Amino acid sequence: MSETVVEAGPEDEYEHYEALVVGSGPGGAAAAAALADRGIETLVLERGVEAGSKNVSGGLIYAEESAPYTIDDLFPDFREEATARPVDEYKIHNISGRTVKSIDLTDIHHHDTEWCDSVLRRHMDSWLAERVHERTRETGGGLLTDVRVNGLLRNDRGEIIGVTCDELDPITADLIVAADGVNSELARDAGLMDWEDPDEWFQGVKAVVDLPEGAIEERFGLDEDEGVAHLFSGDLFQGVRGGGFMYTNDDTLSIGTVFHLDSIVQQHAEPHELLDALLTHPLLADFVGEDYTELEYSAKLVPDSKKAAHPSPHQGRLVLVGDAGGQMQAQGPIIKGMNHAVTAGALAAEAFAEAKADGEPDAAGQRYERKLKESGTMKKLRPTRYEVLGRLGEVGPISAVTDALAGSVLGRAAVKVLPMKRLFNSPYLLGMLPDTRTPYVTLPVTIAEALGDEVVGESEVQPPDLGDRIGDLTYDVGDPHIQVEDNSWDASGTAVWSCPVSSMDYGGGCYRAEEVQTNGTTERVVSLDTQPCIECGTCAVVADTDWDHPSGGKGVEYKQG
Amino acid sequence: MEMVTLTKGVPDFSEGAVSFDEDGHLERGETPTVMNPNDEHALKAALQTKIRHGGTASVMSMGPPGYKSVLKEAMESVYADELYLLSDREMAAADTWATAITLCTGLEKFEEEKGQKPDLVFAGFKTADGETGHTGPQTAWALGYPLLTHVISLDVYPEEGRIRAKRLVEGDVEEIETVESSLPAVVVVDPEFEPTYRKAAHRLKRKDLREETQKRAENPGDYATIWDHEDLDLDPDYIGLDGSPTIVEGVDPIPKAPSEREATVVTPEDGEGMQQVLEEIAPFAGGD
Repeated sequence: MSETVVEAGPEDEYEHYEALVVGSGPGGAAAAAALADRGIETLVLERGVEAGSKNVSGGLIYAEESAPYTIDDLFPDFREEATARPVDEYKIHNISGRTVKSIDLTDIHHHDTEWCDSVLRRHMDSWLAERVHERTRETGGGLLTDVRVNGLLRNDRGEIIGVTCDELDPITADLIVAADGVNSELARDAGLMDWEDPDEWFQGVKAVVDLPEGAIEERFGLDEDEGVAHLFSGDLFQGVRGGGFMYTNDDTLSIGTVFHLDSIVQQHAEPHELLDALLTHPLLADFVGEDYTELEYSAKLVPDSKKAAHPSPHQGRLVLVGDAGGQMQAQGPIIKGMNHAVTAGALAAEAFAEAKADGEPDAAGQRYERKLKESGTMKKLRPTRYEVLGRLGEVGPISAVTDALAGSVLGRAAVKVLPMKRLFNSPYLLGMLPDTRTPYVTLPVTIAEALGDEVVGESEVQPPDLGDRIGDLTYDVGDPHIQVEDNSWDASGTAVWSCPVSSMDYGGGCYRAEEVQTNGTTERVVSLDTQPCIECGTCAVVADTDWDHPSGGKGVEYKQG
Repeated sequence: MEMVTLTKGVPDFSEGAVSFDEDGHLERGETPTVMNPNDEHALKAALQTKIRHGGTASVMSMGPPGYKSVLKEAMESVYADELYLLSDREMAAADTWATAITLCTGLEKFEEEKGQKPDLVFAGFKTADGETGHTGPQTAWALGYPLLTHVISLDVYPEEGRIRAKRLVEGDVEEIETVESSLPAVVVVDPEFEPTYRKAAHRLKRKDLREETQKRAENPGDYATIWDHEDLDLDPDYIGLDGSPTIVEGVDPIPKAPSEREATVVTPEDGEGMQQVLEEIAPFAGGD
């Protein structure tokens, strides 16, 4: 944790708020609004220059029928003002070379779905933040941007009593909601989350693509108030486990890829090249075409809730909400994060208000945990079926057999007979998908080969190179916020290809390979320049680093997100 | 706390805005008037004091009626509550002495209206046109208030009627001096001044003020008071050009200094030339 300038001595009184929410994404916004609605004095601290400037998501937000809270419950005009398009159509394309078999996933998409909209986070989060500020200000609190909370404040008994910040003196609170995202510094300070295992994470990379007005309606055959989601899997990603997506916004497309981080590490895959493989596939030629204009390149680490969601996301006065607690559900084609963050944020608020009313505010954490369970939220994040069957599928020999079977002649025959659409749309089956090559690569390829049609035409898309992409993300990062602890190739070399703004053959990224001559021998080491960093956190997992966020208002500023 | 910040409209000397005639004289008519850039630091100090301790932040200026835009700009940066413009043909072409007399009288009138002295009068470090840096100190002298110049940080203790300031003292070496003064006082704020807001409550208040001011700044005239020499009961002989002891005999453009250096272009392919370059720079090369 970085050092904090403390104006007030320990004998002076710290500034105090009843509730403190760190981070103003959907989880933090939901928590803050729900707290304010219960009359609780709430301060929200956001490190971006504006809420949303540090946030990236694939771009679909769900409202689930079974959820106790949805974002439009808490923010009534949300869909009219903060989102892009309602997404009612959902397709997956199984790809083998130029052969593609498309399967309609609309049934699974609508399963338990009240509505689903595409969003761009800068707009969405800043819209939310404005309302959060108004509502929390009435309680005596409010929302501040440009403030980075850098750690927990503890009393002499070691109990969490507040937070420390770069820009402000320490602040104490009765409830601290860590909604500070996937790389939550508070969750790590508390020892609740770590950055240890690459197999607990996905890495998402996204391009927001500008289209002429009316092009979305024309190219996708949609009305102005309709949207569509396309998913892509198969052999176009060098065998890396994961897939691609394309969502329609107002006049832009969100096109991205999400891969298991351990697979990127093992396959020496370059994330930006995997994205380019999707962007330049002939299947997308009709949608993006030669007038390809990329507005923004972005990347984000995504927790795999099956493994990373903390079953007991609290400690003392601290509760974890959303990505900070690993609450991101990604099971096959179902990708849901923001909705769970909203539910969790509101449940945390409810838990604190009830605990306070009962005169035991310190019990808010336990009550929050109970609410996550009783509302069924934790079960969605960590499905029992996966615990029992999915993990079994990840065991080496079994995985090899299923993979061989799916790719075999028998597998191909089976695919022809089986009702693929029904299988793909089964929430039950998707809940136990193992994290192996089979569902991501082998099966889609087999399906495409057995059932698919060839795509005609060529892609004329020329994605910008990494240097241009980084150049467009201009920002002042301040002092280096990441230190490489061990710069040997063994310890940290993985970062050079896994980091989405670095590449083995590009010298202008964050991580670079360097040959160093020592005592007559040549050694390969890693060097780091944090200037192009987009704060995704990948290197915190794959390399040996001391990882912090830049100070408030510094670092990457997404305009789309 | 009652605070008044003195500000001045100056020609916008920024690239693209400023206009000079063939003789190098400033073309006033062609050049827009903006708030003196150094005054921004004074306004920041006033805002910091207002946010930390509450009270009223006012802005006062002497100048033509067109200065209302300058006052609006000042209002937006200090989130000012009240604007005072001392404006009169008789006040025109004043030197710093006559300006200080006028401002002092304006501040006395302010005291009369409010029923109390301003606790703090803030001024910026010299104007972009006159560059004298006299007006703030001379106003302090005219008022009989203590004067603190080159202030880079400021703590106010309203209950004790006291301020403590850090001053950037420039001499052979730069040093920072901490001084204390009673209130009221005149504080001339150094360009190195940076306000600090390390309390969430202060930043929230600043946000509130920004919102309120945005609404107010749509009609700055509603918050402006204009006083002429009669309102201030000033004898025209003691203000403006007539009241200015400074005599400007003439203004000469400064001739451009001839360059003493010559440049020689050497391309990397020119072996002999490169050798010469190496020999030239060798004496300056450090290290081993």
